[in-house]
Amino acid sequence: MKTVGAIVAGVVALFLTIAQFGTAGWTRPPMLNQQHGFRGTGMDVIQTKAGAAEIKAANVAPVPADPVEAGTDKAGAVYENVKVLQDLPVEEFNRLMVSMTEWVSPQQGCTYCHNTENMADDSLYQKRVARRMLQMTQHINTDWKEKHVGEAGVTCYTCHRGNPVPAQIWFDAPSPTRGFIARNNGQNLATPSTGLASLPYTYLQDYLARPDPDQGAIRVNATTALPESPGKPIQAAERTFALMIHMSESLGVNCTYCHNTRAVAEWSQSAPQRTLAWHAIRMVRDLNANYLTPLTSVFPASRLGPKGDAPKLNCATCHNGQSKPLGGAHVVEAYPELAVAPATTSGPQGVPAPAAQ
Amino acid sequence: MAYYQNIFTQVQVRPRVPEHGIPVAVDARVGRPFNSYLFGLIGNGQVGPIYGGYLGALSLACGLIAFEIIGLNMWASVNWDPVQFVRQLPWLALEPPLPKYGLKVLPPLNEGGWWLIAGFFLTASILLWWLRLYRRARALGLGTHVPWAFASAIWLYLVLGFIRPLMMGSWSEAVPFGILPHLDWTAAFSLRYGNLFYNPFHMLSIVFLYGSTLLFAMHGGTILACSRYGAEREIDQIVDRGTATERAALFWRWTMGFNATMESVHRWAWWFAVLTTLTGGIGILLTGTVVDNWYLWAVKHGVAPAYPEVFGPIHDPLKATGATP
Repeated sequence: MKTVGAIVAGVVALFLTIAQFGTAGWTRPPMLNQQHGFRGTGMDVIQTKAGAAEIKAANVAPVPADPVEAGTDKAGAVYENVKVLQDLPVEEFNRLMVSMTEWVSPQQGCTYCHNTENMADDSLYQKRVARRMLQMTQHINTDWKEKHVGEAGVTCYTCHRGNPVPAQIWFDAPSPTRGFIARNNGQNLATPSTGLASLPYTYLQDYLARPDPDQGAIRVNATTALPESPGKPIQAAERTFALMIHMSESLGVNCTYCHNTRAVAEWSQSAPQRTLAWHAIRMVRDLNANYLTPLTSVFPASRLGPKGDAPKLNCATCHNGQSKPLGGAHVVEAYPELAVAPATTSGPQGVPAPAAQ
Repeated sequence: MAYYQNIFTQVQVRPRVPEHGIPVAVDARVGRPFNSYLFGLIGNGQVGPIYGGYLGALSLACGLIAFEIIGLNMWASVNWDPVQFVRQLPWLALEPPLPKYGLKVLPPLNEGGWWLIAGFFLTASILLWWLRLYRRARALGLGTHVPWAFASAIWLYLVLGFIRPLMMGSWSEAVPFGILPHLDWTAAFSLRYGNLFYNPFHMLSIVFLYGSTLLFAMHGGTILACSRYGAEREIDQIVDRGTATERAALFWRWTMGFNATMESVHRWAWWFAVLTTLTGGIGILLTGTVVDNWYLWAVKHGVAPAYPEVFGPIHDPLKATGATP
C-alpha cells in the first residue's frame, strides 16, 4: 500500500511537472526591456531578446521595385478600363502592377486578377476587389496620414504579405443555433481572439465593424468619484477589456504601452501612442464600413464568413505583432501614386459608393 | 520516537475499536468507521462516522441541485457536445441576467432565469450548512467560533451575489458561475470602477489576507519546531505549560521582543481570517453604490500620488474640436 501510494504520487508529480513545462508558454531570459514612462509606474515594453529578433525577422518590408523612366503617356489613355490610376504614366503603372503581383499573388501571378486574353476584362472578382483596395490604400495614405499612418504609409504588402487573402482577417462570430441554447452572453469560449480569456468574443463586430454613433462606447469608467449618473454595467467593461487585449496582442505590447494602468481612463497620464490608437479605432471602423463591407456582393460565397459577411480588418491585419507595421519602414515613399487622394471615391462595378466622410 | 518533522505523519495511532466520540442527545451519526492509511498520512487515520441529520441532507440536496443546474447550462452552451464540454470547461459559465432585466425575479430561463434558480439553491445550501455547523458545535458543548468565521465568508458571498446587485438595482451586477468567467469578471469589476486597489477596504482585506498567511506560517512553524517537546498538545500546554511553550515563547521574545500566548495566537489568526472577508465585503458593497471611481476618490482624498508628465500634455481626442473624422 505504502509503495503503491509513493509510486502513484511520484508519477502524478512527474506528469504535472512535464505539463507545466510544456503548456505554460514560458519565455526565458535574456530580456529586452525598455522603460518609457515615469519611473515606478511600470510603463515598460517587455520582450525577450529572442522573441524581439524573431518578430523583427518576420516583418521585413520588401525591397521596392527599381524606379522607371516615366514617359508622357498616361495609363488611362493607353489602356482600356482604367478607373483608379488613369493619370499615372504608363511606365509607373506597369511598375505598380508588377509590385502588386509580388505583394499579393506571387504564386498565382497576373492571372489571379486578370484575364490575360483581355487585360481590361472585369470578369474576375479579384480585379474588382483589387481596384477598391487601391482606392482604400490611397485613402489611408492621405486621409489617415496625419492621424495614424504618418510618413510610413501602407502598401498592399502591409496587410497581404505575399498572400492573396491577408492572414489576419476576421468575420462576425457565428451564433449557436440548434436545440436548447443556454445564453452565453457572447462570451465564455476558448478562443485566441480574446487572449484565451473568457471575455466577450463579439467585441470586433461591436466596436470595429461600423462607424459608431456613440463615440464613447468603449469608455466604461465614471468621470466622477461618486455616482452621479447611472453607470455602465460590468458586461460593458468586459467588452472593452476584450478589445484592449486584442490591441495589445496585435501590437505585441502590454497595457502600459499606452496606459498608466493605475488609472487606465486618464488621458493626462497616458502615452502619446494612446492618441494614435484612438484614431486607429476610427480608421478601422471607416475602412470596414466603407471599403470592406460594401464588397460583400463582389466576393464569392467561399470568401465570406459563416454569417455571409465580408472579411474585415482589425489592428493585427497591418501590425502583425509589431507596434509599428513592418518595423516602421516608410513603405509608401517608393510608390507616391499610392499616397495621392483617390481620383474618384465611387466604388468599382457593382460596388456602392462609400458614405461621405 | 516520532518527531513530527516530516511532511507526512510518521506514526499512525489506531485504536483497536474505532472511536465513536461522546454521546449526544439527538444522534444521527451514519457510516461504519474505518481506518485509512492515506488519510492517516495527513490527518487522523480514522474515517467516520459522519453526522447526517436533516440539515446536512437538505444542504447537500440543495448544493447538488445548484451544481446540476450550473453544469447542465454549461453543457448546453456548447450544444451538448461532450468533448467540447470537457475541453472548454474552464471557460464555460452560467451568466447572470442581462442588465435590461434589472431585478426581475424570473427572467427567461436561458437568459438568466437559471442563474437565479441556481443562486437560490446554492445560497440555501450554504446557509443550511452554516446552521448545521452551529448546531453541531453547540451539541458538542463548543464555542461557535467556526460557524462565525464561516459566516464572514458567507457575508462576502452574499454581498457579491445578492446584496450589492439589490442595491445596484440589477442582477446583472452579480458574478457568473464559472471558473475563468468569475476571474475575468473580477478583473473587469476593478477596471469598471477605476482600480479597486484604491479602495481602502480592499487594502484592509489584503492586509488581513496576507497577514493571515504570515500568522499561519509563524504559528505552524513554531509548533512544528517545538513538537519534539510536545508542543502539538496545545491545549494541555495552555493550562499546564511545559518546556515546549516556554521555548516557543522565548524564541519570539528573543527575536521580536514580544510573544503571543498559546491561546492568544489563535485569537489573532481567527480575527485576521475573519476580517479578510468582512472588510472585503464592505469594500465590494461600497463599489458602485457609494463610490463610482476609486482612483478619482483616492485623488480627491490625497491617497493617489501625482507623477510628473514625461510625454508632454496628452489630451482626450473626444474633447478636442474637430478630432472625430
